[in-house]
Amino acid sequence: MSEVESSGTTGSPLSATRRNLLKGVGVAGLTAAGGGLLAACGGSGDKKKDSGSKKPVAGSTVTFGSNYSDAAPKAAFAALTTAATASSKVKVKINTVDHNTFQNNITSYLQGTPDDLFTWFAGYRMQYFAAQGLVEPIDDVWEKIGGSFSPAAKKLSTGLDGHQYLVPIYNYPWVVFYNKSEFAKRHYTIPTTWDEYIALAKQMKKDGLIPIAFADKDGWPALGTFDILNMRINGYDYHNKLMTHKIPWTDQGVHTVFQHWAELMPYMQTGANGRLWQDAAKSLEAKQAGMMFQGTNQVAAQYVTDKADLADLDFFTFPAVNPQWGQDYMDAPTDGFMLSKKAKNTDAAKAILEYIGTGPAESTYLKTDQWDVGLVSGLQVPTYNAIQKKSVEEIAKCKAVAQFMDRDSDPAMANAMIAICQKFIDDPSTSNITKLQQSAEKQAKAIYS
Amino acid sequence: MSATSQGRTPAAVSDKPEDLKSPVRRRRRRLRTMTARDRIVVALLLGIPLLLDLAFVWFPAIGTILLSFTKWNGVGSLHEKTCKPNMPSILNNGCWYGVQNYHQAATIYPEFWPAVRHNLIWLAVFVVIATPLGMLFAVLLDRGLRGTRIYQSLLFLPVMLSLALIGIIWEFVYSQNYGLINTVIGRNGNDNAIDWLGNPHLNLWAVLLEATWRQAGYVMILYLAGLKAVDPTLREAALMDGANPWQTFWRVIFPVMKPINIVIMVVTVIESLRAFDLVYITNKGINGLELLSVLVTSNIVGETQRVGFGSALGVVLLVISLVPITIFLYQTFRREDTP
Repeated sequence: MSEVESSGTTGSPLSATRRNLLKGVGVAGLTAAGGGLLAACGGSGDKKKDSGSKKPVAGSTVTFGSNYSDAAPKAAFAALTTAATASSKVKVKINTVDHNTFQNNITSYLQGTPDDLFTWFAGYRMQYFAAQGLVEPIDDVWEKIGGSFSPAAKKLSTGLDGHQYLVPIYNYPWVVFYNKSEFAKRHYTIPTTWDEYIALAKQMKKDGLIPIAFADKDGWPALGTFDILNMRINGYDYHNKLMTHKIPWTDQGVHTVFQHWAELMPYMQTGANGRLWQDAAKSLEAKQAGMMFQGTNQVAAQYVTDKADLADLDFFTFPAVNPQWGQDYMDAPTDGFMLSKKAKNTDAAKAILEYIGTGPAESTYLKTDQWDVGLVSGLQVPTYNAIQKKSVEEIAKCKAVAQFMDRDSDPAMANAMIAICQKFIDDPSTSNITKLQQSAEKQAKAIYS
Repeated sequence: MSATSQGRTPAAVSDKPEDLKSPVRRRRRRLRTMTARDRIVVALLLGIPLLLDLAFVWFPAIGTILLSFTKWNGVGSLHEKTCKPNMPSILNNGCWYGVQNYHQAATIYPEFWPAVRHNLIWLAVFVVIATPLGMLFAVLLDRGLRGTRIYQSLLFLPVMLSLALIGIIWEFVYSQNYGLINTVIGRNGNDNAIDWLGNPHLNLWAVLLEATWRQAGYVMILYLAGLKAVDPTLREAALMDGANPWQTFWRVIFPVMKPINIVIMVVTVIESLRAFDLVYITNKGINGLELLSVLVTSNIVGETQRVGFGSALGVVLLVISLVPITIFLYQTFRREDTP
């Protein structure tokens, strides 16, 4: 009796093994090929659109795909669309998707059944999707709203083919943040040149502060440091050419950028690759760190989230390095809205876009948002705080604003540079810089050709 | 050894004549008299799984292999033309790229070889540390310590959590300035902090500790089930023959558990090859935590997709996975063929 039982139980795991195995094969096959299948599904480029018949716009419904998934921007966005409905009589149905998910699925989203309108970013990142025919040009919208935007804002909304594809809503500068009280207490002055910046960092270190709070666990924050040094040293045109691989990554200019960064490394918070930028911002809040170079969309937003003293936060633009360029350029990424090629209700969607491209629309949005700034020229927003007011001034002073490495270049290249910057942070020696430049160039050749 | 074979043969004899033979005979008779409806039922029962298998396993697998020879960003359609050199990538889309993707992965993609190495390290740690540890827990618990249930629950707890959650829990443990370890050992300052998750020489091991924490519990439960199934008379017999506990385990119990050992071996290999969640939660699988599965994802899932390149990486992972699977299949079916 006991023998039968024992063989029975040893028998069942055997069949379980087989089942497990089959499951395993299935899982392996699916993970290996899931991406390909997904991509293949959205492959057909058919489009059904009745461009001829013009339907009455009022009373119809427009769907809006949104990546404004955090509470504050979501509320601001809801306020914006409510106002848009009130103004244009077009109903808006918002489909909010977590922002990382939204960005990761954008290609299949736009090829599948996208919403009429969707949230997106300016720069090469917009031009890339426009160039593949996934986005509808909105030149007629720009004819109506163009007057309220600067030529720079229009350029940011223009695709490689010269048509407009985006209605911008806000941008935010990448600048050096500090606490006013701390600077006043220790009698620090705002540095405007590279030497002053290094001297200030040295002084802060002597005073027991971390001169520059720094974090790069997410990979992208350090790209901002590369961008600003590149624009200060080599200028805006060089930045654009480098981002689109018209200048090789092995160029001496890139080497100089990394060398300046290496000079800064001893003053930057150590262990950046394992720290989230939120934690770096906390060390600035806690006055353990003297400065932090990042976007207001992150630092100021974090102060608001943490209910820290936002009035004590201030910033200055990154000091000049090469006198030829001074402080002419900065990263000020712009977010906005685009119209899908496959939109079902194009006319009503354009009516919504026309409203969004106005001053009142932007100030409605910015009532809830305490860190970004609007783009409409001469925009007066009564709810702006000191940071926002200063952001507007500093962006206006710039001769050109860049959009950040991952928006100005092919995202695959930005990914490659994320890894390269992290390796640089681990070892900022000159020999390593040369090696990293060569690796970047090889990858760029594979990505851009 | 002899105990095993003795235990098996009588069972096989007692099973087969009554229970197994008759359904076979009946089925044969039914085959001859199958009505149209029966045939439809059979066709459906066989056809649906077959279709599902083709649609969800074979089609994607073969599709991936084909895609791995192309250059494609996921937009528009594929065509048969070969890629022209020195053209902007937007114009060079969906073209035939030959083995270029594989060549690029092996030569200029800096993450590739680290990823292969990390996958192998992951497998080695699971085989050499996590599995024996789970076995040790199981054997100790099986000896009926006081409070066995409590230990069992504690060790099994991580298995019930999703890997994503485990990643987040350990983030609190490893965080540089605010984490548990650095705070306890007093190295959470700004100059002396240990960068557990950011230092590429440390973070793989830190994450492997997280993975082992879970995997050992998983293996333990499987072994406990196996141990419970071992015939107690075997232990008695071993005791009578004067074997010490060590000998009893390795000479008697362990061989009897051969089926469960195979299950665990397969689970270990699969778990280590599909490792993804923990490193992705930790830092998206960059800077010292590269794994093939992550590279596939970061190339295929994303704003701009390098579908061809990512597929090539997927094929590499598939080939690596096929090795243990083939060995296992070969072993299993050979045993069945020779009764």
